[in-house]
Amino acid sequence: MAPAQAQALPTGQENTIVPEAVRDGIDLQINGEHYRHTGDPQMPLLWYLRDVLRLTGTKYGGEHGESGADLVLLDGKAVSAITQTMAKLAGKQVVTVEGLAANDGTLHPLQQAFIDEDAIGCGYCTPGWLIAGVDLLKRKPHPGDDDIDRLPNLCRCGCQTRVRRAIKRAAGKAPQS
Amino acid sequence: MSGNGKTPNRIPLSRRRFLQVLAGTAGALVVGIRMAEAADAPLPPALVGDNFYGLGAYVRINADGSVLINARDPDTGTGVATSLPRIIADELDADWNRVSVILPGLGVSDDNGKPRWTYGRQVGGVGGSIPAAWNDLRQVGAVARWLLLQAAARRFGVRADQLRCAAGTVIASDGRRLSYGSLAEDASKIALPTRLPAPKEAANYQLIGKPAGDVDAHAIVTGQARFAIDHHYGDALVAVLVHCPWPDGTLERSDFADCLAVKGVVKVLQLRPEPGQPPGSTPIAPAVAVLAEDTWSALQGRRKLKLEWKPGASAAADSNTFEQTAGAALAGKTDPTTRVRDDGDVDAAGKKAARRLDATYFQPWLAHATAEPMNCLVRLDKDQASLVVPTQAPQQAWAVVHRLTGFAPARIDISVPRVGGGYGRRLDHDYVAEAVMLAQSVDRPVRLLWTREQDLAHDYYRSGCVHQLNAIIDRKRKLLGWNQRMASASALSHRGVPDNHLWTSELQADQLPAGLVPNYRSDWYGLESTIPRGPARGMPHLSNAFAVESFIDEIAHTMREDPLKTRLRILGEPRSLTLSAGRTLDTGRLLNVLKLVADRIEWKNWLRTVNGLGIACWHVDGAYVAHAIEVAMQGEKLVIQRVVCAVDVGRVINPRGLEGQVAGATLDALSTALNLAITFKDGQIQQHSYKDYPLASMAQLPDAVEVITVDDDRAPAGASFLAMPTAAPALANAVFRASAVRVRRLPLMKELLRLL
Repeated sequence: MAPAQAQALPTGQENTIVPEAVRDGIDLQINGEHYRHTGDPQMPLLWYLRDVLRLTGTKYGGEHGESGADLVLLDGKAVSAITQTMAKLAGKQVVTVEGLAANDGTLHPLQQAFIDEDAIGCGYCTPGWLIAGVDLLKRKPHPGDDDIDRLPNLCRCGCQTRVRRAIKRAAGKAPQS
Repeated sequence: MSGNGKTPNRIPLSRRRFLQVLAGTAGALVVGIRMAEAADAPLPPALVGDNFYGLGAYVRINADGSVLINARDPDTGTGVATSLPRIIADELDADWNRVSVILPGLGVSDDNGKPRWTYGRQVGGVGGSIPAAWNDLRQVGAVARWLLLQAAARRFGVRADQLRCAAGTVIASDGRRLSYGSLAEDASKIALPTRLPAPKEAANYQLIGKPAGDVDAHAIVTGQARFAIDHHYGDALVAVLVHCPWPDGTLERSDFADCLAVKGVVKVLQLRPEPGQPPGSTPIAPAVAVLAEDTWSALQGRRKLKLEWKPGASAAADSNTFEQTAGAALAGKTDPTTRVRDDGDVDAAGKKAARRLDATYFQPWLAHATAEPMNCLVRLDKDQASLVVPTQAPQQAWAVVHRLTGFAPARIDISVPRVGGGYGRRLDHDYVAEAVMLAQSVDRPVRLLWTREQDLAHDYYRSGCVHQLNAIIDRKRKLLGWNQRMASASALSHRGVPDNHLWTSELQADQLPAGLVPNYRSDWYGLESTIPRGPARGMPHLSNAFAVESFIDEIAHTMREDPLKTRLRILGEPRSLTLSAGRTLDTGRLLNVLKLVADRIEWKNWLRTVNGLGIACWHVDGAYVAHAIEVAMQGEKLVIQRVVCAVDVGRVINPRGLEGQVAGATLDALSTALNLAITFKDGQIQQHSYKDYPLASMAQLPDAVEVITVDDDRAPAGASFLAMPTAAPALANAVFRASAVRVRRLPLMKELLRLL
């Protein structure tokens, strides 16, 4: 829930009622839309996405993002959303799993490859794998096994061999930018 | 309730009884409702009793031809949300492209104050979903199809047996066609059959045995799939906890002031386990809860809590001491807690031994480490509760809510979206109790979230165990006797299970090589521990297969024999052996999976290759599995080069889903065997994050798992963890061939590096 701006102060607090100044918000783009965060600048991006915007595709994996379930693309690079405070994100572009498909619903080639290869266990960590994979395919349109080996994500269901196939299937098909 | 003034005229949440709600909508045939309405009429015998309730509300055919099918069991990643509806859809001859799958949540109605389970069995992730569905869900589809045929027969003016069905259409012999949608309304008025229609012949299956992708795949890859953790009620408070490091500890001193000063923090509350309640139905340990307007505020407040916990007696628990106690129990002359099996005369056989072989295997404690941490969303109104719960067993979750609230059975509404991993952790519902208790103390809904650290440090773990195995071999190299002694702390302690059944969570009386060795003894030594235990994926097969299938390799090595040949000799001629509880062991099927993996990995090169080849086989509740693994040692680096797994589960419902389950379970087992151990000192778990409990990285795991499935016409067995037990022993056996180091202690990597 985004704290309202310039809220009426609770009564009976101080004699001098000074309206709260409208704080300079943090402007950023998420999945191509403009947002202004006016809450706590120290709030991690993960909770902004999940609690404030209700973009719940990005998952909580741990306090340090160590499972990769909370990866997002920040200016095109995969980063853990829980390690990014909103204060550092002014003017940045964030893409979450919800923003990977085109506006007309056409899936990113890697999303389609995940479906085609059934690269899904319980599905909780899947958004993180997709973000890591999209990031990899941008850097290396035809990644080798060694490149795929370096993905940071964890999965207890054991979807790794199917993710590997999906990334290879999507190789060369991802948009370059 | 509704005391905060924000939503004074709160409309009770929908009961989500979609079938009941929509039953009156024009032109719909709803099977299940029809069954219930027919309760006053004389019922066909097969519909009475469990079967009748098992039919429940499952299929809805709309006038536009679209079909809704209910997947009753929670899908924790096992694919049952796809496979169960396909069983129904095939019997119904539905057009799969017109089918939408519904996750119905808990089905419960009020039977004079007692719960009546609308959908019968509702349990996920324990390997029983498909076998149970095969028995009752097929009938749902068959009955719906029968009703549609009767409706079409009246419309066409011909006999129903002159009609056939295909992909959502009834077709007459003269070519006339009627869609299911156009027949649904008529069909809904036809009386039920007096005898159950026979299920289809296998030759006519359209969906069963054909590959299908996960029904949730599109929603998952677009981030639209919502897990319990993603659900919300508008005015819910977020609750985060600090648990006491000791289940029996107490809060000695506390200062909540700094926490309460954090913007957004609303309340700080204490939780305590209820004395006398079994594990898994009450908080796992005393806890302090911070309730706040949003997650970030709650987590900040949590950091500001000043808490001093006083340890209880459990502060003495130490995993090293536990293992020493286990070793001492096995080394001593004391009687076992339970003599699980005693065939022939092991002592007499020992006197005839040409050779004896002994080995001891050590396996660590394990956590569940589900991807989605424990969480629960609960809203309590005056006399009803609505929850969203990531559970494998919604009926058990219901029991916890019912006990705490006293609400009438049908006034407890439990929604179960797709679950982010279960592995047995979500058969327990301590987190549900916590959320309900908190919601009872505040006048708002509560969204409970555990952190990753809590998830690892406050679990119902799998006990560590020690296996001491002794083989007696005669002059003709025949395995004459097998004496197995295992020590562990039962997962069933304090859960209302009689003492003489505590062993059942730890080993099986029928496990290999029982039944194949004339003199076979299996003893279990039960240990006490204050560290909580509970059901864990693949248990008890996981730990026993590692010890047994490693030991068979050691026997082969001692006899200077190819370990595949040793196994084939022990299994003997293909035959059917009767096991306990009416189960059978078909040694032919076991031999078959063993030979399949051996052929695929080119076992004939076993001696020649510089790489190590390892093999193992096992049977689980009428299903059969074998692994063959090839590894290379590159200095101290272990590279898993090939993994082949063959499974025989009888009839395969969804080959693609099965392949995913088998590959996934293989990787889970490899990850566990390579890296994972829970340790404790001073009663405190020493693993706090994935850094300390390192699930295998992409680089550590094989690039591929080659899955071979044997499809046959036997009733399907469960597969959710079938491929787990043999992965670790096949790996350890391969490592032995590659490095000459026999790993008898898990996790494997740590032990291998110690021994190299």
